[in-house]
Amino acid sequence: MANVIKLKKGLDINLKGKPQQIIKDAPKSEFYAVIPDDYHGIVPKVVVKAGDKVEAGTPLMVDKNRPEVKFVSPVSGEVTAVTRGERRKVLDITVKADENQVYKDFGKQSVASLSAQQIKELLLEAGMFAFIKQRPYDVVANPEVAPRDIFVSAFDSAPLAPDFNFVVSGQESDFQTGLDALAKLTEGKVYVGMKAGKEIPVKGVTPISFDGPHPAGNVGVQIHHIAPVNKGETVWTVSAFDVIVIGRLFNKGIVDFSRLVAVTGSEIENPVYVNTVIGAKVETLLQGNLKKSDYHQRIISGNVLTGTHIDKEGYLRAPHSQITVIPEGDECHEFFGWATPGFGKFSISHTFFSWLAGRNKEYVMDARLHGGRRAIIMSGEYDKVLPMDILPEFLIKATLAFEVDKMENLGIYEIAPEDVALCEFVDTSKLEVQKIIRDGLDELMKEMM
Amino acid sequence: MKALRNFIDKIKPSFEAGGKLEMFHSVFEGVETFLFVPNTTSRSGVHIHDNIDSKRAISMVILALIPALLFGMYNVGYQHYLAIGQDAGFVMTFLFGLLAVLPKIVVAYVVGLGIEFTVAQMRGHEIQEGFLVTGMLIPMIVPVDTPLWMIAVATAFAVIFAKEVFGGTGMNIFNVALVTRAVLFFSYPGKMSGDNVFVRTSDTFGIGAGSAVEGYSGATPLGQVAVNTGDVLNMTNIVGEPVSLWDSFVGLIPGSIGETSTLAILIGAAILLYTKIASWRIMLSVFVGGIVMGYICNFFATPAIPGTMLSPWEQICLGGFAFAAVFMATDPVTGSRTETGQYIYGFLIGVIAIIIRVYNSGYPEGAMLAVLLMNVFAPLIDYFVVEANMKRRRKRAKINA
Repeated sequence: MANVIKLKKGLDINLKGKPQQIIKDAPKSEFYAVIPDDYHGIVPKVVVKAGDKVEAGTPLMVDKNRPEVKFVSPVSGEVTAVTRGERRKVLDITVKADENQVYKDFGKQSVASLSAQQIKELLLEAGMFAFIKQRPYDVVANPEVAPRDIFVSAFDSAPLAPDFNFVVSGQESDFQTGLDALAKLTEGKVYVGMKAGKEIPVKGVTPISFDGPHPAGNVGVQIHHIAPVNKGETVWTVSAFDVIVIGRLFNKGIVDFSRLVAVTGSEIENPVYVNTVIGAKVETLLQGNLKKSDYHQRIISGNVLTGTHIDKEGYLRAPHSQITVIPEGDECHEFFGWATPGFGKFSISHTFFSWLAGRNKEYVMDARLHGGRRAIIMSGEYDKVLPMDILPEFLIKATLAFEVDKMENLGIYEIAPEDVALCEFVDTSKLEVQKIIRDGLDELMKEMM
Repeated sequence: MKALRNFIDKIKPSFEAGGKLEMFHSVFEGVETFLFVPNTTSRSGVHIHDNIDSKRAISMVILALIPALLFGMYNVGYQHYLAIGQDAGFVMTFLFGLLAVLPKIVVAYVVGLGIEFTVAQMRGHEIQEGFLVTGMLIPMIVPVDTPLWMIAVATAFAVIFAKEVFGGTGMNIFNVALVTRAVLFFSYPGKMSGDNVFVRTSDTFGIGAGSAVEGYSGATPLGQVAVNTGDVLNMTNIVGEPVSLWDSFVGLIPGSIGETSTLAILIGAAILLYTKIASWRIMLSVFVGGIVMGYICNFFATPAIPGTMLSPWEQICLGGFAFAAVFMATDPVTGSRTETGQYIYGFLIGVIAIIIRVYNSGYPEGAMLAVLLMNVFAPLIDYFVVEANMKRRRKRAKINA
């Protein structure tokens, strides 16, 4: 391949519990949920009430600021509850699934025969637009702004991540249709980031290969190396896993939210791929596969770096194709932990003797911070794991101080919280780097409105 | 361990807000996290964290200081027994040094940590570990005959005015240990330089009594260089034997306690670099800067300025240069924080250290002042590196626009 971008910075965390390439069918979940928090940047307005009958594809809520952006039910059934939290914030909308699924018919269509406007309307109507995010701000895209380019990362490099090549096999035509639809939505190009050596054949888009450790698979890093986002520009990003779902809409004419989810982590007996539907109860995915333990376990929808902490009764979150379960570690009182040789303790530094074990050792890590919060003392830690021409420490400091000019000039528009997840992982000072960037982006977006 | 844990859990409530002993909350927390790794788990963001924390990082620096410290102790004894003309054997030699150095370490820690604990409690912070390194550095960069009360006063001054007023660990502009050294040097010059402070000729707690042999002179090699006359550089040890480059590399020469052995310091450097705690960029460029400037000085060698007659290798082996390069310049808080900036920062420290040492006859050692001076400039260097990054981004935006 001519177009291989090699990245040196980054870190692959070798965790225990990688998924084997086996597919199992999850038992049907009784309830499904649409969770507004999964779609950052929207203000949910619920358009159904408990007791309503819905089909798969019927809108459950819309964005209050842009009602054309709809969020639809993944299954047909009866709306059982609209759960609200503090200040009446919508936490989730749950649907009890019917025995026989009824899909709202959007009509099978060929992408080639549709105009850009028609495609956009169809995506909005069928709740697919919710999968499209935009940079800057890393929020659900604004359909009124035409994107400069659209970026799709066709591999996930995060720890224990599902292998997209495996997931896409058998669904290549849906993936291609999804890309075709995206290509119509921009005057610019659709770039697809591929893992070097494992390229997936695609047509009508620009594939670019990346080689290197995580976060090479992060779309933000790829954008930075292909065509960075400048002030005033907007690009869209779509997860490759969601491109498949978008493709199905055109190929099948229905909203089919089924998804192959990697169930991973050191607390899983047999890490495998499970066939399920977005919004399903996580217990249906874990059934019988969770290790029996007398200690606490942490269930994460997504990966260990960017995922969402959910409880046992929680749901598979919309953006994720992965469930990770790790030990919580909160009962653990390690005596003189900072002074032990630490043969089994993973660290990017060589301060623990775990470097003796080499790179192939798989680690079990729990959710502890391993230390107290401090001022930023060590220098250059963040730089080692962010393969971008960005000075993370200075960007973070500018963001904390909310100096807008400096944030802009240091590249806030190019970055999303997920891109700095590794910075947070390696941080000796244990700062909540992703939260700092997320809050900064939210504040900035308000400022710019 | 279980019993200890239970005990801590039992007494914990009285230290929490509203408890009887709330005023000692920071101290309690410090002790608790010292004994047990805190078991707080992540609430936002990443679910797993690297095992390193500041305690681990700091303990690596202390570990790296140990070779130089142990050697320094031995050397204190070695110089003492050399001066009084006795051979006391390895054990006694080391014991003498240990007893001479230990009180300094204790004083520096007690004074510094006392202030640190108090301030942490006043601010409601956790106790930060930074001073554990500073407290170890202070005794290592002073002459063995520095009175303890001076160390106490200087440490207190440095911790309060160079660190706590700026906001504590991570916020200071100047390296705290070096400020301590500077305060000592400028307040009590008679006790911090000259020929009579670097070697202890009297006894320590009654050990090693005796009187200095004839022909004894306690001047350090750099002290001798500063007052050298004639075309030939004469460096001798305290009993008049010539000092070779090898002697100064191994470190059996008079000098500040921890600074004499380049060998022991390099062992520490290896630990710091391998564990990735210190910046190799800074360390390397300090040495490069020192050697480059050493060559330049040596190229223009003249008996009028005796320091120019030292070879670059002697320059980096003598005095506090290596110690400053490995342990002082690499302090991440006071140094440059950008990668490009670190090269410039280190290089200039090396250059300035040699310039001060060679061309300022009033002050035979320049490493300390060089680091302090560059501490001031580190933010400026970073400013330009950051500006360059911003400029690239603005330029890119303009091209596309």
